[in-house]
Amino acid sequence: MSSVATPAPTPRRRRRTRLQRRQTRLAWLLLLPALAAVAFVAIYPLGKTVYQSFTDQEFLAGVSPTKWVGLHNYFGASGIWHDADFRHSIVVTIKFTLITVSFEFVLGLIIALVVNSSFRGRGAMRAVMLVPWAIPTVVAAQMWKWMLDDTFGVVSDLGKKAHILSRSNAPSWLADHPLMSVSAVDIWKTTPFVALLLLAGLQVIPTDLYEAAAVDGANKLHQFWRITLPLLVPAILVTLIFRTLDALRVFDVFYVFFGNRPDTQTMAIYDQSTIVGDGLVGYGAALSVAIFLVISLFVVIYVTVMRVGDQA
Amino acid sequence: MWRGVHSGPGLKKGRINVKHRALLVVAGLVGAATLIVSLSVAAAGTSRPTAHAAPAKSAAIAPPKVPNAAAIKAKYHGQKITFVGDSVGGLHARDLALAKRFQKDTGIKVNVVPHPAASDASFAQLARNFSSKSSAFDVMMVDVVWPGAFAPYLVNLKPKLGKAAKAHVAGIIQNDTIGGKLVAMPWFGDYGILYYRSDLLKKYGYSAPPKTWTQLFAMAKKIQDGEKKSNDNFSGFVFQGNAYEGLTCDALEWIASAGGGHIIDNGKVTIDNKNARTILDAVRAQIGKITPKNVTTFQEDQTANGFVSGNAAFARNWPYMYSIAAGADSKVKGKFNVSVLPHGAKGGSVGTVGGWQLAVSKYSKHKDAAIEFVRYATSAGVERYNAIAYSLVPTRTAVAKDKAVVKTNPYLKPAIASVPRVTRPAKFLKGKYNAGSKVIYQGVNEILQGQSASRVLPSIKSKLQRLLR
Repeated sequence: MSSVATPAPTPRRRRRTRLQRRQTRLAWLLLLPALAAVAFVAIYPLGKTVYQSFTDQEFLAGVSPTKWVGLHNYFGASGIWHDADFRHSIVVTIKFTLITVSFEFVLGLIIALVVNSSFRGRGAMRAVMLVPWAIPTVVAAQMWKWMLDDTFGVVSDLGKKAHILSRSNAPSWLADHPLMSVSAVDIWKTTPFVALLLLAGLQVIPTDLYEAAAVDGANKLHQFWRITLPLLVPAILVTLIFRTLDALRVFDVFYVFFGNRPDTQTMAIYDQSTIVGDGLVGYGAALSVAIFLVISLFVVIYVTVMRVGDQA
Repeated sequence: MWRGVHSGPGLKKGRINVKHRALLVVAGLVGAATLIVSLSVAAAGTSRPTAHAAPAKSAAIAPPKVPNAAAIKAKYHGQKITFVGDSVGGLHARDLALAKRFQKDTGIKVNVVPHPAASDASFAQLARNFSSKSSAFDVMMVDVVWPGAFAPYLVNLKPKLGKAAKAHVAGIIQNDTIGGKLVAMPWFGDYGILYYRSDLLKKYGYSAPPKTWTQLFAMAKKIQDGEKKSNDNFSGFVFQGNAYEGLTCDALEWIASAGGGHIIDNGKVTIDNKNARTILDAVRAQIGKITPKNVTTFQEDQTANGFVSGNAAFARNWPYMYSIAAGADSKVKGKFNVSVLPHGAKGGSVGTVGGWQLAVSKYSKHKDAAIEFVRYATSAGVERYNAIAYSLVPTRTAVAKDKAVVKTNPYLKPAIASVPRVTRPAKFLKGKYNAGSKVIYQGVNEILQGQSASRVLPSIKSKLQRLLR
């Protein structure tokens, strides 16, 4: 419509009054602090990371001065492109993300539906449900690590006493099922958060819709599929984005459980041990950029899905 | 971008009815529950097996007086220094006792900060500190494999402590001298030894500790099979299998004692050989059989917990565990003994050289006061105290021969102390030692988790070669 309604831009600019120009200046002036803050806390560190990823900077640089190495960290002989360990860490992280996000979503939805219905003691229920989420992750992880210990851990002990686990050959959770045990802890901890987000979505669905549906003779299952789920889609998408991005950046549970154990390195742990452990700042920065790209891939997927959902 | 989120199809905004009272109740309950959980976690933390407690003997012997205290007090009285000290076993308590005594005698205030228990994490901490030229740390514990990497950031101690250095084992002084500068002062030595339950060996008809790994595996199996009937948690052998620096030490002992070289020899990576493959595969076959399955997550403290609580027949650990196992809280007090580590079919017994030095940061604001603390902590009196109260190997030759010291530390007897020592490949990897060690311990950890050595060793080799270039 702009091509029809407005003529060439030049006469329009001439028509700008002094007042308008003053207001524009004032707007920029008022925006300046915010822009400076963004530049300081986001653009500068991000830019510096990208810059460092093109250098061979190391901790203890007293050994040799930092050099510009171009794309060597990315595509050189020992670059990320050929780094099997990094590829493995992507696989581990994505596996973890798929497992935890799907379990958390299904369980969280069930819990949200339950606590959304009215029953006695609903407030207490909502509070109790949030307890795992309120515990700091490192504390929770250490707690679970002791509970899952195969020698003095309470899980194996109860399992043996209940004759579910064999006495002589009980499984070692951390050694035999590393990804499962770490996912279980994350699901235990984060499901309440998912439930809370979905609950917020459920609460804005107008109740008269259900009344109307009931009058029309729709049963509960119909109501769920035809009313609840479609109206919950925006909340579901936000939840999934939050959880997916969180899970892709996972560090703490894995670090407490396994430290530098090679078969359970997530992207974040591999990056941390490269920078802090090996002191390879340049290569680590390149890894950070690569992780950023991997995560943005997921963001792009989600946003596309949302656009499509929006147009439909 | 997030348009879809805000404009749900046909939604009327502003219908959320916030019930303030309900919210308050919710918040209060969450807070209370969190408090209960965190308190119970704290309680669980303190009620773990008590192998961490300082041995009872240390109460009987106190840190010695500071020699020449009056002169030091006159010069440096009132200065404050920070010491990055130990965290394994009961050694943080020892550091505090030393700092207190030093402060009382000299008026120099010592702030003790324990370093991370895994030494590779400790390396990273110091590396960050040095690369930011921070004056936060004055005196620090330096592992025997670090002087090469940290030398540019440490004070040359030769002018002030060169004379005292002559009383220490020459090999360690050589290790700590980089480019003619004495960058660190030996504090205590370390080498891997075998702990065994003498009572159980007797019970199952063995008269002597195992000479070879094969013997150890067989003995451990027999003892475990017998003991498991009365104790579910009993296992034959515990060691440091977690993916961290300690596993590099254990792996070096296995490989070198089986005639498989020293991982890097004369600048060339030698780890991928037949003897190394054989011994590593042999150890892998024992995981979960004579060891707990989760031995692949054990560090020193878990090893000590297992042995001291009476749940293991054999343990590989450093001498520091001796005083814990012989302490009042130990379930194996008087029931265990030490020996050299076993060897493979083609090699002889060895022990990985460990040990810690004290160094002074170049960025310290109180270098002279810091050096005086190092002088005190590495004096004959303190080394004797360390050895008797905490079973730490003296680095002063005279103290190592002291009758009272040898009596409380049987691993100092010539039969054990004269075992050939093997060193980790620090002098080849230099500043990249931490990265190299990570390659080694991660690879060996993969083997312990079930990968075959012939698959993993070539990849360790190529990664190490890349670091050497």
